[in-house]
Amino acid sequence: MSRQELLSPEGLRVDGRRANELRKISCRASVLDTADGSAYFEQGNTKVLVAVYGPREARQKGLVPHDKALVNVEFNVAPFSTSERRKRSKSDKRLLEVSAFVKQTFESVIQTHVYPRSQINIYIQLLQHDGGTLEACINAATLALVDAGISMTDYVCACTGGFIDETPVLDLNFVEESSIETPDLTVAILPRTGKVALLQMESRLRSDKLEDVMDLAVSGCKSIHKKLDQAVMAAATDLSEKLGH
Amino acid sequence: MLRSKSFVKRTRKGNIVRTVKEHYLRDDISCGYEQCGHPVCVKARQDAAEHGRHSVDGVQTAAPLSCTPRDSEKWGRHYLIPDTNAFINQIDIFERPIINNVVVLSTVLDELRGLSMAVYNRVRAIVREHERRWFVFSNEHHRETFIDRSAGETPNDRNDRAIRVAVKWYANHLSNTGIAALMVTNDEGNLKKAKEDGVESCRMDEYLAIFTEHPELLDMMGSVSITDRESGDSRWGGYPEYLSPVQVQAGIKAGMLVQGTLQIAAYNYLEGSIYTTFPDGKERSVLILGRMDMNRAIQGDKVAVQILPKSQWRKAPSAALVDEDEDSVPDVDEKKKSDEKAARDPAVVPGDADKSVEGRARKRARVAAEKSTPAAAGDTAADSEDGLCVKPAEITDETLEAEDGEITGRVVGIVRRNWRSYCAFLDPNFAPKGPRASNAPTSVSVLAMDRRIPKIRIRTRQVDVLAGQRILVAIDAWPKESRYPQGHFVRALGDAGDKATETEVLLLEHDVPYQPFTKSVRADLPSEGANWVFDPDRDLVTAGRRTDLRHLNVCSIDPPGCTDIDDALHAVPLPNGNFQVGVHIADVTNFVKPNTAMDKEAAHRSTTVYLVDRRIDMLPELLGTNLCSLMSNVDRLAFSCIWELDPDANIVNVTFHKSVIHSKASLTYEEAQNRMDDPSMQDDITKNIRNLNMLAKKLRKRRTDAGALTLSSPEVRFRLENDSQDPVDVEMKALKETNALVEEFMLLANISVAQKIYESFPDSALLRRHPQPPPQNFDNLQHALKPLGIELETGSSLALAQSLDRAVLPSDPYFNNLLRILTTRCMMQAQYFCSGTCTPEEFRHYGLATGIYTHFTSPIRRYADVMVHRLLHAAIDRQVVFGPELTDKVKMSEQSDVLNHRHRMAQQASRSSVELYTNLFFKGKTVEEPGYVTQILQNGFGVLIPSYGIEGVVYTSDKDKKDVPAVLQYDQESHTLVSADKSSSVGLFQRVRVVLQVDDKPVSANVSSMRRKLGLRLTEPQIPGVSMTPEELGALKAATGKTLSKADEDQVVELVTKHPEQVTTI
Repeated sequence: MSRQELLSPEGLRVDGRRANELRKISCRASVLDTADGSAYFEQGNTKVLVAVYGPREARQKGLVPHDKALVNVEFNVAPFSTSERRKRSKSDKRLLEVSAFVKQTFESVIQTHVYPRSQINIYIQLLQHDGGTLEACINAATLALVDAGISMTDYVCACTGGFIDETPVLDLNFVEESSIETPDLTVAILPRTGKVALLQMESRLRSDKLEDVMDLAVSGCKSIHKKLDQAVMAAATDLSEKLGH
Repeated sequence: MLRSKSFVKRTRKGNIVRTVKEHYLRDDISCGYEQCGHPVCVKARQDAAEHGRHSVDGVQTAAPLSCTPRDSEKWGRHYLIPDTNAFINQIDIFERPIINNVVVLSTVLDELRGLSMAVYNRVRAIVREHERRWFVFSNEHHRETFIDRSAGETPNDRNDRAIRVAVKWYANHLSNTGIAALMVTNDEGNLKKAKEDGVESCRMDEYLAIFTEHPELLDMMGSVSITDRESGDSRWGGYPEYLSPVQVQAGIKAGMLVQGTLQIAAYNYLEGSIYTTFPDGKERSVLILGRMDMNRAIQGDKVAVQILPKSQWRKAPSAALVDEDEDSVPDVDEKKKSDEKAARDPAVVPGDADKSVEGRARKRARVAAEKSTPAAAGDTAADSEDGLCVKPAEITDETLEAEDGEITGRVVGIVRRNWRSYCAFLDPNFAPKGPRASNAPTSVSVLAMDRRIPKIRIRTRQVDVLAGQRILVAIDAWPKESRYPQGHFVRALGDAGDKATETEVLLLEHDVPYQPFTKSVRADLPSEGANWVFDPDRDLVTAGRRTDLRHLNVCSIDPPGCTDIDDALHAVPLPNGNFQVGVHIADVTNFVKPNTAMDKEAAHRSTTVYLVDRRIDMLPELLGTNLCSLMSNVDRLAFSCIWELDPDANIVNVTFHKSVIHSKASLTYEEAQNRMDDPSMQDDITKNIRNLNMLAKKLRKRRTDAGALTLSSPEVRFRLENDSQDPVDVEMKALKETNALVEEFMLLANISVAQKIYESFPDSALLRRHPQPPPQNFDNLQHALKPLGIELETGSSLALAQSLDRAVLPSDPYFNNLLRILTTRCMMQAQYFCSGTCTPEEFRHYGLATGIYTHFTSPIRRYADVMVHRLLHAAIDRQVVFGPELTDKVKMSEQSDVLNHRHRMAQQASRSSVELYTNLFFKGKTVEEPGYVTQILQNGFGVLIPSYGIEGVVYTSDKDKKDVPAVLQYDQESHTLVSADKSSSVGLFQRVRVVLQVDDKPVSANVSSMRRKLGLRLTEPQIPGVSMTPEELGALKAATGKTLSKADEDQVVELVTKHPEQVTTI
């Protein structure tokens, strides 16, 4: 059968974006009252809610290193997040993998030595799924951590890049991501230094094209950084207004 | 701006879910007019100029619409905006270069993708031709032209509205330029609404009327409406209705229907079959007999078939043959009779009128009337509207158990049409004679060159011009009321019988892409052109990734006149007594990089096609005959396979290198043989050849001992696989040794490479296999051999080879050759496949008796070899960068299907080309020759004439006298044709004498001469009613006055023997 045309010769993708365009991003910090920090993050139709608890006293003291904080990540997918409802078990390897990636990424960015013998819990809930889960999770978690006031060396901004018909493309949606031929690369960077915090890809990409795709994804990360920064500023303004009264 | 698009769809599991997709609307889409002053369009043009934005195909996409489009009285200067159906029905017209400045809306493209990928691809191809000035306007993503579906609106109506909105937008956008936007549609409703909305619009035929200088355009209009309903046949109720796609899908899923591609028998257009997997997982073939049961399906269509009850299965096996049945059908009124006649014709279903097509249909109608119940419980109950359909029963083992007869079914739905353009000619019997108003369209029947295709009805205004011409037609539709499909004229190819025309016809019919290479393909050639020279730095010799072998005494051995030299050889004795032997193959992949336009074109063509008078190259000439060709005395890049062989030709080790060689000599077979035989020649190259020859003999011996088949003969040489060389040549017969030498090493290289790439890419290696033929393939042959006291052992290729060697008749030296030719026909076809799709046991190559095999040695003329080169390179050089083209199993497997198809078509095209030339040669001449019976059919037998390598059919029933029982009746027991009084019979291997003649009449005179058939008449043995009497023969000779002179005969011999494969069919 006919394969879907992911990038038309006119340069438009299935949803009408050009190759180097991000989806529409909207985000907000402090959306939950009970959590220490929280954020809601939308990237196109992918919607993520993150709650951060901590730093607080560790539950299982035996597991906690004495000189730094333990970062704990739990990732959940809402049964209604995809068009076909499906309940996933907590031990789903896919879910564990995502939480492991998020955990690894943030362990290096959070200044864990500031909070010895304590624990930071990051709960991520995927509300709606349309590709780019990992990038949305990392971006949302950054915002929630900032909101929780946990000290970090920098923001972490993530973005995906792919390669369709000899053209690098930015921020894949679900249709593009699920095409077998499209490599799907997730990059997370620390925007101030440009250091790479995470680089993940499971498919094949010709090695000479890696740099092009990386460059594009990094430029995407930078735009996302601006968005996150705005959201942090908005939250801060909001907070200062509240305190001022 | 963001809109979300949401729709409901059905998942593979059958659940119904809601899918939501994002849909971004943009305001940066330009209109495509090259001088548009609108800021958005100006900006888009600047962007394109700055970034040189190129589309995927490397063609600039910026602003193609010209400021001087076609001017017409009625609409002024205008751009054309066709709707979807205009493309679907009139794509042939749009392909004419005269139609330019067209705006293709993305709404239309999306609809096209859903309706017909073929048309979509053709539209895309036109858009790519920059000079055509077509422009794709993404109206679906344009902020001002996107529309939401309103409540109660069907998707179709919404799309029509979207098109109207876009046309209106164009009209406004271009209002100050004086250029109009004209919508073309044949949909009355749409036209009416367009008028209401004030959108400029017209019908296709109205539009075409402005091309007064091209009246044939009107002929090319697809007939959309069934205006000329075939009347005068009130008894005929039309074909049964198809099941709806939903019913078909459900039926297949529920195991009540099977689906497969309809294959019509080559000799009987009323007998079709599908080969398919049944619900129980086994593969079987299902027969479909007669027009009614084929139900408007055409050769190649993917159909859904319902299995008939066992009582209606065909009981009489064996091939049947209908000889130009439709010859005698002059007009519509008689068609009915002809159908019945065809059905009753003993050739179709011998003897049994009750099993005839009509009879069966009527019987079924009765059965249905009794059985048919209202559609039960939402099941796939067939549409019982016309009372012809029974509710399909679930196919179980029981219903398929074949006690007697073959599984027979009937078409109840079409899964996918596979219509193409057909080469055809006006039915000479049908063309209305006498004066006619010259401009009025006439409805005529055309007969396709491919006999498996039914007659096609077209309307044309140029009957007089087209009579006697070959024309290309396309089928538009086959409504159930119409006995024949309806189509339209596409273009005239030229006079029938003309060499150039007929060659084009055979290229078209065999689906051979023969257009010259496009600009973008040529752009991928090295920029140095013919001045390209080897450069150690650029070609990676300095980097150590290419080995310099220029010091070796390499030479090439080819047929005379060979310009595309694929391979060269060398052999040097080593100090330890072993030999270093190298096969050097042209390094095509150094020039043809993956995913370039040239690579895509080569993949599409897949093979070079050799015709008698021309060659259709897979790669541009510059590469094939110059830069890649391993000519002598120049540095050429090669891919070398180097073995160390011990003196017994056992492989000690093998290595593969990208290399650069300097061939010392390009020899012909004859030259090489002469050098070898001349004891005074003691130069290095000659010694090389002697070494090679010594080793080749040992290799050959070993291969033959393992059971490799030699299905060749001295006169008509045939090799199961033409692995090493170009089509077998005249010289090869005389000098077998050097030819066998080259071939032996090519086989060795192919096997070594196959092992290597399979080891490195176990899932995605491209290999070639040749399955063992099932024993029943040999049944008829065995039967015929029994009286001669010969039995073929078919258990293994070794046993077969040995029993073939033993099968010699002292009385007839030609017998063994004949037997080998016939054995070849019992073989399966060798095919390319991807190693990930078969088990290793299935890799075997039966004919060559090897466990694994591939093609590596002819990359200039076969794309398979190009793929294998890439795989091998990736296997030996870790620095090679490769993408999914080498690892994607699915893609590999798809490409190998293309390779197999093209390969088969190329063989058939070459054969047809020889046939064409033979016919042209024999035209107007009469020759009497001895021949052998090679094939027994229901109403005729095939005769092979060894001296010309021609094969034809002698008919035993006269087509003019259908009601007279045939003189010879088919006897199933002995597989012979026997006369009523048992006095004379015809069986396989029988020696006969036949008269060969091609009609001297003008080609357009009757159907068989339009089909350029060679006539064969029997003269010996004398069978009254079948054979030509000596008097007739004498009269014929006197009448034609021309018999073959000696000089003519020599010419024929040469013509035929150059392409000896024609007598065989694998």
